[in-house]
Amino acid sequence: MSEPREPLHTVLRSPSKEVVMGADKPFVVIGERINPTGRRIFQQQLRDGDLSAIERDVKAQVEGGADVLDINMGVPLTDEPELLVKAIKLAQSLTDLPICIDSSVVEALEAGLEAYEGRALVNSITAEDERMEQVLPLVKKYDAAIIALPNDADEIPMEADKRVVLTEKIVRVATQEYGIAIEDIVIDPLAMPIGADPTVGRTALDTMLAISQRWGLNMTCGASNVSFGMPGRHAINATWLPMAMTVGMTSAIMDARTPQIVEAVRAADLLLGNDEWGMNWIAAHRARQAAAAAAGSTT
Amino acid sequence: MTPDEILKGLYDETLAGNGPAVLSLTNQALEMKMEPGTLLFEALIPALEEVGARFERGDYFVPEMLIAGKAMAGSMEVLRPLLADTGVQTIGTFLMGTVKGDVHDIGKNLVNIMLEGAGFEVIDLGVQVAPEKFVAAINEHQPDIVGFSAFLTTTMPMFKANLNALEKAGIRDQVIVMVGGAPVTQEYADVVGADGYAADASATVKRAKALLAERRATVNA
Repeated sequence: MSEPREPLHTVLRSPSKEVVMGADKPFVVIGERINPTGRRIFQQQLRDGDLSAIERDVKAQVEGGADVLDINMGVPLTDEPELLVKAIKLAQSLTDLPICIDSSVVEALEAGLEAYEGRALVNSITAEDERMEQVLPLVKKYDAAIIALPNDADEIPMEADKRVVLTEKIVRVATQEYGIAIEDIVIDPLAMPIGADPTVGRTALDTMLAISQRWGLNMTCGASNVSFGMPGRHAINATWLPMAMTVGMTSAIMDARTPQIVEAVRAADLLLGNDEWGMNWIAAHRARQAAAAAAGSTT
Repeated sequence: MTPDEILKGLYDETLAGNGPAVLSLTNQALEMKMEPGTLLFEALIPALEEVGARFERGDYFVPEMLIAGKAMAGSMEVLRPLLADTGVQTIGTFLMGTVKGDVHDIGKNLVNIMLEGAGFEVIDLGVQVAPEKFVAAINEHQPDIVGFSAFLTTTMPMFKANLNALEKAGIRDQVIVMVGGAPVTQEYADVVGADGYAADASATVKRAKALLAERRATVNA
């Protein structure tokens, strides 16, 4: 077995804050709730121009310990670029966390990148030629980093080898054809629901190990994907992320409001040596104590 | 074993997702000259209906639905040709596919299982199904219902493209069109002009049956 590569560092910025993703850095929690998919009331509010839910969601993710905020405004039957720009500006007025601009609509990504102040993470491309042709020039133009999924127009490969081949294609096209730095490519190795196929956990782990050994690329995933359709989802997610971290997962798009999952990745940071002397872990403990004391004194 | 014991065993083992037991009971039943239709309508379909009910209540989870569906499918492989021979009709034909530009199929496959479990004949065109492919398959199979699945907000507009293709081919009125997938809502289904939408596999079965009953009532009136 070959040794993992020297870790690559993906740098994300807001005007006042820098977050660095890397296998030798604390895990990057990308707070995910600023997303109306599947939330009917939120969708209607956004259509009516009411952005108050975004304020609430940003606050909750920040308080939960998010390092980056994922913003998705994929509301069908609306002007997504306009809405995404509004949401990004609002979020930037509320927090100094860097933002992950999440859209499948190219025009929305461009508008979002234009409006964003700092160095964004873009979510996402696949190994499909058309998608890379549309999005990678924007990533280059706005000096952003990009999340890439190793699937193509034919399939979501169920074998780790095929995912590595598609990762190779993404790395080659992004770096050679579009001049994007390799450290700005963040791979989502495709963690599929374990309830629908008992082999997908191992496949994702094998994919991650191969990618971290070959390139040392940063990796991310939708943390709650794996537990779809199962009971006790938080426990599954909180186990999955530390497992994935041992083979190179360096961030996840996840709900920072769930302490069980956030604590699991912070404990894994400590155990992997990415929280030196446990200073973050101890500080979080003291913050909880202080919060509990404050809550106690008011009652 | 008595026929009643066989039926009870088939029901229980299907509900438990025990494929080998379901297959063996099916073969035993056929050796005893039990009617294939009896096995289907008095054991397999009721078992899958119970799976759907439990799923809706939150008592059953995705893997249990999957293995129950697989267990039933194993039995159906043996029963299907016999059912055709004895002239037993399915409750309807459902043509299914994930739209062009989209390769997601986990949700669609769950829906297929529950539709088959309810007695539909399901023809699955797979993923990345172009409008012209849906049109050709509708002409070939003459389904009662066609289902379009999409997982991405960018591929949802293919519903409209598919519907336009059906219109253009002059077959829009021949089939009931249902749409679904994670980002899809009832509102979106209405806007594109689909006949039905459902949020999950179990709800799809109910909606499909209701739409089919409505359609047949209108046609027969």
